Amino acid sequence: MSRYNFAFLDEHTKRMIRRALLKAVAIPGYQVPFGSREMPLSYGWGTGGVQVTASIIGPDDVLKVIDQGADDTTNAVSIRQFFRRTTGVRTTTRAHDATIIQTRHRVPETRLAEGQIVVFQVPIPEPLRWLEPRETETRTMHALEEYGVMHVRLYEDITRHGHVETSYDYPVRVNGRYLMRPSPIPKFDNPKLDRNPALLLFGAGREKRMYAVPPYTSVRSLDFEDYPFTIERWEHACALCGARDAFLDEIVVDDKGGRMFVCSDTDHCERRRSAP
Amino acid sequence: MNDRPLLSVRGLTKRYGEHVACLDVGFDLWPGEVLGVVGESGSGKTTLLACLSGRAPVSAGCVEFTQRDGAVVNVLEMSEAARRKLARSDWGIVRQDPREGLRLGVSAGANVGEPLMALGARHYGRVRAAALEWLDKVEIDLGRIDDLPETFSGGMQQRLQIARNLVTQPRLVFMDEPTGGLDVSVQARLLDLLRGLVADLGLSAIIVTHDLAVARLLSHRLLVMRRGEVVETGLTDQVLDDPQHPYTQLLVSSVLQP
Repeated sequence: MSRYNFAFLDEHTKRMIRRALLKAVAIPGYQVPFGSREMPLSYGWGTGGVQVTASIIGPDDVLKVIDQGADDTTNAVSIRQFFRRTTGVRTTTRAHDATIIQTRHRVPETRLAEGQIVVFQVPIPEPLRWLEPRETETRTMHALEEYGVMHVRLYEDITRHGHVETSYDYPVRVNGRYLMRPSPIPKFDNPKLDRNPALLLFGAGREKRMYAVPPYTSVRSLDFEDYPFTIERWEHACALCGARDAFLDEIVVDDKGGRMFVCSDTDHCERRRSAP
Repeated sequence: MNDRPLLSVRGLTKRYGEHVACLDVGFDLWPGEVLGVVGESGSGKTTLLACLSGRAPVSAGCVEFTQRDGAVVNVLEMSEAARRKLARSDWGIVRQDPREGLRLGVSAGANVGEPLMALGARHYGRVRAAALEWLDKVEIDLGRIDDLPETFSGGMQQRLQIARNLVTQPRLVFMDEPTGGLDVSVQARLLDLLRGLVADLGLSAIIVTHDLAVARLLSHRLLVMRRGEVVETGLTDQVLDDPQHPYTQLLVSSVLQP
């Protein structure tokens, strides 16, 4: 594999991405354009996240890759293998031991610490896109803080369903300023973004945008005074580890209506089961 | 407060290259006054409205607006951020085609509530109550609050657009052919409604129309435009009953007398 540069990307590209990342960290929640490269995986599989990780990873880093909370799904396995082959860094499944955690659709249940970096894979970075197709107009709306229209979406949800139905990629306000899509994480994970000690980086490869939430930055989910933001709750505990405060996946186990609920965060679940 | 016009326009000129769309237009609009702008198609009426509300860049001139606190601002020299904020809180803009002024993909209630939420309303119950109140005022069946505007008739869409523009209690409303494209009986009801609302709320409005009947019914004063220039101004009855300028005479005499 010596034909490839360390972490696949050439040094010029890495420098360009690091510059964009510095700007993103300086303006929390602001979408910074960058020259997204062709990566050896298809759009929608994490090209943005992979480029961010490739630009920040060093030989001493320990990498964890999660897909839907699990370390053993196709996307997670292949990205982890990709970085092991192109960098030779150590990889882990323990959120605790990792310095960089690249993730799709979840934030680990484990409390993160200072010095850790979470890299999110983002399909659509623009929170205003659903109601405004023009990029020039959404940029103006961001610049002028014209975000009232986002509440129209919540209004419609409450009107139709009696509560806010949006359950993932739930829009947030970062540092009291920029409106941000937290990538398709369940809204269960939104509170974890708020004042998190870790650095949170977001990369959207196809849309060529990246943004960031620096450590200890306020992240507030949008809501109405009379319909406050709430997260998902389950009547069940995890069938494997008995956790009641974790995000659960429903798994159909037979064709007679049998099902079980288990933690979506496999590392969290395993650690609880192996604990004495 | 009433010793100063709400809107004061001087020397407003708009050129598209060699072509002049508006030339040296000037007038004062006083609080509670409705000003009609009439003229044939292509005489610069709509461009004038776009320039006044800051939606189109102006070649020369000055548009001064008296804010709620009494401060006078030049609309053309404000930053875009300040102007959009002013437009949200103090202005209403009723388009000729309600489809341009509405969000067709969200319910009628959300359409009326959106300007309130844009101004910072964060209480669902109160936003909905205000939407219901305004649907009632513009005579839309309250049972349709959760329906999409796409399912409304043209007249209902126009009334919905009016409700959406008046819900924030603006001080100045720009209307571009508010009755255009509606059939005569619907026009009559809409005019009736508008006249009532303007009188009840003490609104100031600038109404652009090519229909002299609309102008007579709604406006206190008239501005007659031709080829971008104002050729005659005066009280509505005076201009329509005793037109001085040859063009106004032509315009008035072109209306079929039943």
